[in-house]
Amino acid sequence: MLRFILRRLFQSLLVLGVVFTATFFLIRLKPGDPFSGEKAMPASVRAQMEKRYGLDLPVWKQYFVHAAAFARGDLLPSLRYEGVPNAKIIADSFPVSLVIGLSALTIAIGVGLPAGIVAALRKNTWLDYSAMSLAMLGICLPTFVMGPVLQWIFGLKLGWLNVAGWFERSDWILPSATMGLIYAAYIARLTRGGMLEVLNQDFIRTARAKGVPGRQIVMGHALRGGLLPVVAFLGPAFAGITTGSFIIEKIFQLPGLGQHFVGSVFNSDYTLVQATTVFYAALLVLINLGTDILQAWLNPRVRLT
Amino acid sequence: MCCAAVAAVGLSGCGSGTMDAKEGAARQILLVGNGADPRFMDLHLINSVSEHHLMMALFEGLVAEDPVKDAEAEPGVAERWEANADKSVWTFHLRKEARWSDGVPVTARDFVWSWQRMLTAALAAEYSQMLFVLKNGREFYEQKVKAEEVGAVALDDHTLQVTLVGPTPHFILMLLHTSWWPVPRHTIEKYGDPLDRVNPWTQEGHMVSNGAFQLKRQLFRQVLEVEKNPQYWDAAQVKIEGIRFYPIDSDSTEERLFRKGMLHVTQIVPLDKIPAYRRDHPGIFKQDPNTAVYFYRINTERPGLKDPRVRQALAYALDRESIVRNVTRAGQQPAGGLVPAMEGYAAAELFKFDPEKARGLLAAAGYPGGKGFPPFEILINTSEAHRAIAEVVQQMWQQHLGISVGILNQDFGVYLDSMSRIDYDIMRGGWNADYLDPATFIDMWTTGNGNNNTHWSNAEFDRLVAAATQEGDGAKRFALLHQAEELVLSEVPAIPIYFYTRSRLVHPAVKEWHPKLLDNHPWKHFELISPAPPSSMDSFWNR
Repeated sequence: MLRFILRRLFQSLLVLGVVFTATFFLIRLKPGDPFSGEKAMPASVRAQMEKRYGLDLPVWKQYFVHAAAFARGDLLPSLRYEGVPNAKIIADSFPVSLVIGLSALTIAIGVGLPAGIVAALRKNTWLDYSAMSLAMLGICLPTFVMGPVLQWIFGLKLGWLNVAGWFERSDWILPSATMGLIYAAYIARLTRGGMLEVLNQDFIRTARAKGVPGRQIVMGHALRGGLLPVVAFLGPAFAGITTGSFIIEKIFQLPGLGQHFVGSVFNSDYTLVQATTVFYAALLVLINLGTDILQAWLNPRVRLT
Repeated sequence: MCCAAVAAVGLSGCGSGTMDAKEGAARQILLVGNGADPRFMDLHLINSVSEHHLMMALFEGLVAEDPVKDAEAEPGVAERWEANADKSVWTFHLRKEARWSDGVPVTARDFVWSWQRMLTAALAAEYSQMLFVLKNGREFYEQKVKAEEVGAVALDDHTLQVTLVGPTPHFILMLLHTSWWPVPRHTIEKYGDPLDRVNPWTQEGHMVSNGAFQLKRQLFRQVLEVEKNPQYWDAAQVKIEGIRFYPIDSDSTEERLFRKGMLHVTQIVPLDKIPAYRRDHPGIFKQDPNTAVYFYRINTERPGLKDPRVRQALAYALDRESIVRNVTRAGQQPAGGLVPAMEGYAAAELFKFDPEKARGLLAAAGYPGGKGFPPFEILINTSEAHRAIAEVVQQMWQQHLGISVGILNQDFGVYLDSMSRIDYDIMRGGWNADYLDPATFIDMWTTGNGNNNTHWSNAEFDRLVAAATQEGDGAKRFALLHQAEELVLSEVPAIPIYFYTRSRLVHPAVKEWHPKLLDNHPWKHFELISPAPPSSMDSFWNR
């Protein structure tokens, strides 16, 4: 187990190096630069700015300067938000996205799992159909429809919550619900599929034949196998969900991390693109490692070596 | 873990609490939607409209924005001023009671130092060229002369003498732009190198300013709050206690916040909501003319488009009335010229819809009925509104000229790159004024100007523009600029389409709202009424 983890961590470093390199060159292939605006920046001003941020060096030199900084753990300052370290931008915004993401995940699992299990157990009944129709609706509804609808109902019509902003304790509820309900739909469908597959297997039939009570079959045997696709999905989804969503942050005016993923590319903010991408990749790698360990525990056929 | 994280963020981020428009009015705190977070808080580095609005609360120049009139300014740090006969040497008498928010007096030397800082190339201030109108301003920027030779001299602590490169009758209106306002030397030097763009003097707790308000707190993407500056010379006349600027980048979110009663003034109104607000809430919906022009740039070196007659044909074939009435629909004015109307300067009305004339011009250029015209594309940046306009233009050129044209969409950064490389056929453009003067719309078409980007160049036009900068008589100067505008219009490196309007929602608690051509509303004159007078939106707000 320890050897497995150490080897995976070593591989992760390689992955991060590749991600960094690819991001570094790809973002520079994009036309435009961090200093462009509707009104032209005077050439002398532009030259000063490029000198200040080392953008006048040959690209290969810039690459080694940036790579060395990242290797030291220095994510460099942003080019767009001048003087603000990228590490601070991430440290300020990630907690917000994490709160929204974790509550969304709680909602997604809390709603999606039971719905999927019930649908599988009551296959082809009205319960199954209504749960799956709702799930289909959830998958099809984009966040930019769901968000404003929730704002309208709970913010404007009922007046229970703020429509947008990040000022009160309750401000996480609507964005988390918007995000969570959409993920709940995926989880419900995956749970149903996974459960149906397991429920048809021999060992379940054997258990039933032995007279094991239904509840114990579901909770003790079927669920463990039936959840495998959900866990496989949740790993990468977890990284995506906790690093924020551009659209949800825009609709609800949240100071989260998601806006920086998109905004930094639009702004050609080279260093911030590198920082957010490497951060996301690191999170993804760590979570995938966690998922692998969890899957090994759930599925006796997987052995970690 | 989830709860722990909620609690942690709750303590750090959410502690501020919300305030609705009613409570804001009762406590005299103005709640304003302000588009975006500032990238800079350093007066010399800012370059956006939302930053300009913040700076108008925090700082004050020699003269200040008049709350009602567009072509005049009211006294600011200077209580009076005079100019020589040809308006090339100006003397400003600074009021003795002007103070920075830490109590240090604002002196003529602060202005001299600030202008020298602005003009130092190493600071890379984007608007440094605004100060090239100072004698030796450009030469100092290019390090050809010493600081003492720049045309700004403090005769004593309260007298500032300004020598300009030539007669400048509109100098006072130029001074309303932030690039001319003072920065606190004593604070900047305390926190670091004055030429360091990231000098921390602008941070909360460090920042010192001389306007009606001072910085209270800044939370990224949440709020930037200013409070009344007790050291301000006119503090007794400032009615409101503070302003909360919300950096709301989504117009529909902003509108929902207004409908919930959380804002006094919005930045904008979503296009699809304008008809309903105009109809149902005329007292709340404000639509003011805005000195800005929407136009199409033409690459004058592309085949076909090289011929000025073709460019004229394209300009005459547009039915601008129909575009503003059916497509943009926010009360815009059809643009027959490139300069919006302003006091003393009537808008040119050259381009009226005239399909006959357009077809004639195109035939004269050798493309009767559009036959044999090389295909070309209209470049737009990603936006529903730009696309809608491009589609109707496409259809008009097809219908009236028989020319078929494509639409090319690029993301903003890519689009700007295409513009600066002049790698396009025709592209949409927009221009708004830095200060109220026709020259801001005309200078850009001179040869080699960084904002021309069309390959168009005309010696006679350059001469007219240069002559205008040497003209001390306001009326004669405008006549020269008119001539220049007619010349650029006749050669059409750009097709004017419409002049902008600005739409916003204003809460009835705001006592008076005056339209301003540059959309700069001086915060110090705002007043809030509590309780607010009844309005058509009370049913939303009293739910």
